[in-house]
Amino acid sequence: MSDLEKLHEAVIEGDWKAAASATDAAIAAGVAALTIVTGCLVPAMDEVGRRFECEEYFVPEMLLSARAMKASMAIVRPLLAATGAQPIGRVVIGTVKGDLHDIGKNLVASMLEGGGFEVIDLGADVAPERFIEAAATKNANLVALSALLTVTMTSMKTTIDAFHTAGLRDKVKIMVGGAPVTQQYADSIGADGYGESAGAAVALARKLVAA
Amino acid sequence: MSRLGEWLAGGLLITDGAWGTELQARGLDPGAAPDTWNLTHPERVEAVARAYVEAGSQVILTNTFRANAGAMEGDLEAINRAGVEISRRGAAGKALVFASIGPTGKMLMAGEIGEEQASAAFAAQAAALAAGADALLVETMSDIAEARLAVAAAKSTGLPVIASFAFDSGKNKDRTMMGATPEAVAAAMVEAGADAVGANCGVGVEHAAVVCRRLRAACDLPVWIKPNAGLPKMEGTAIRYDTSAEFFASHYVALREAGASFLGGCCGSTPEFIRALVNARASA
Repeated sequence: MSDLEKLHEAVIEGDWKAAASATDAAIAAGVAALTIVTGCLVPAMDEVGRRFECEEYFVPEMLLSARAMKASMAIVRPLLAATGAQPIGRVVIGTVKGDLHDIGKNLVASMLEGGGFEVIDLGADVAPERFIEAAATKNANLVALSALLTVTMTSMKTTIDAFHTAGLRDKVKIMVGGAPVTQQYADSIGADGYGESAGAAVALARKLVAA
Repeated sequence: MSRLGEWLAGGLLITDGAWGTELQARGLDPGAAPDTWNLTHPERVEAVARAYVEAGSQVILTNTFRANAGAMEGDLEAINRAGVEISRRGAAGKALVFASIGPTGKMLMAGEIGEEQASAAFAAQAAALAAGADALLVETMSDIAEARLAVAAAKSTGLPVIASFAFDSGKNKDRTMMGATPEAVAAAMVEAGADAVGANCGVGVEHAAVVCRRLRAACDLPVWIKPNAGLPKMEGTAIRYDTSAEFFASHYVALREAGASFLGGCCGSTPEFIRALVNARASA
């Protein structure tokens, strides 16, 4: 089995130690950092996302895979930066104002990172102006809003409206998700997309940055 | 006979319905933690308790679901104590008061909260609730490891402890978010020393009987069942639940036959749902 195959398997199996050692071995063997990411980590996390979609994987398996992916990324990231490689997109992500739940948001952030995005995670209970400031200063092209509660979903609309008011709405694509959120709700508040799950969020993010 | 056994000697007990959605109907600000109203609007919280007792609830909960240090900030001891006092007043001797303990909202395995921190949060809440509650209800759990910590903390008060999980994931909606099956939950909660095991919230009453039967088959503990009124839908800024009280109560016989010892509703259910359950029991 090649180092990349070992890494692929380690991420899917959620074994962070094996992922780190396979990454080291691949680099020592001369595999380019970008190849490790696009040729291995991204497809491995796609497979994890697929298994989560099919409900073969649950949250614990996904967390372990994300941890393995991050162990590899921690080794690869400095090498990538040295080559000047650009991420496929920059995402500002957070749970909207009034909502302290961040389990779902953290999963989506991990999946986006595993999917090749640079992720700027603002945490939970994030006010509209903080999303705007981060999107502007980090030059993000995507903003991802999360809410777990029906009562805090309305903060998504407030946040999108604030991007309009700030004159930045056409600078970013805005995607929304979370247990109570539906496509219909996403459409009604003027979001660019809705992801039903963490896996779907990655596919959506790729589509939005390519558009 | 155990205290739970004595209470259940007369057959299935009807519990209450949702509190959060009832408090919102009484003006709770969307986004605010309902638990804070125990200190700021006790009379409106008591009105919810009274509405359930008047509808026929034999067991009511307390408005303390989030009042642990993992899930919220504030004067939690005062919020928990007031929650029990309010439900006691609302019960007026006509219903038992089971105090609600919800999850921390943080994941142990992701390192978002440590075991000691979670245990301390549950222990502080359980101790505050124990002064006045008839039993403690650990509810809406998805992680067996976290539920073990909560049950251990609750048991240390000496009160009966019920451990209830939210089964809302998997192809057949028979797993928790963390992937736990009814069988795994039942075995772990027997081992943890819970006096009853259950399922609440979930994805609607039509999925509850299967989970109930599996919990019942997997252990000898009484089963606590409190499904929600389906998933909420947004209509403009209004929140609507699809399940009607009649549809909900039409599952009474199926749930009793599946082995439910306690039966009520979760998010979106109202005193009308409890009245419908009482009527269904009378005509069953």
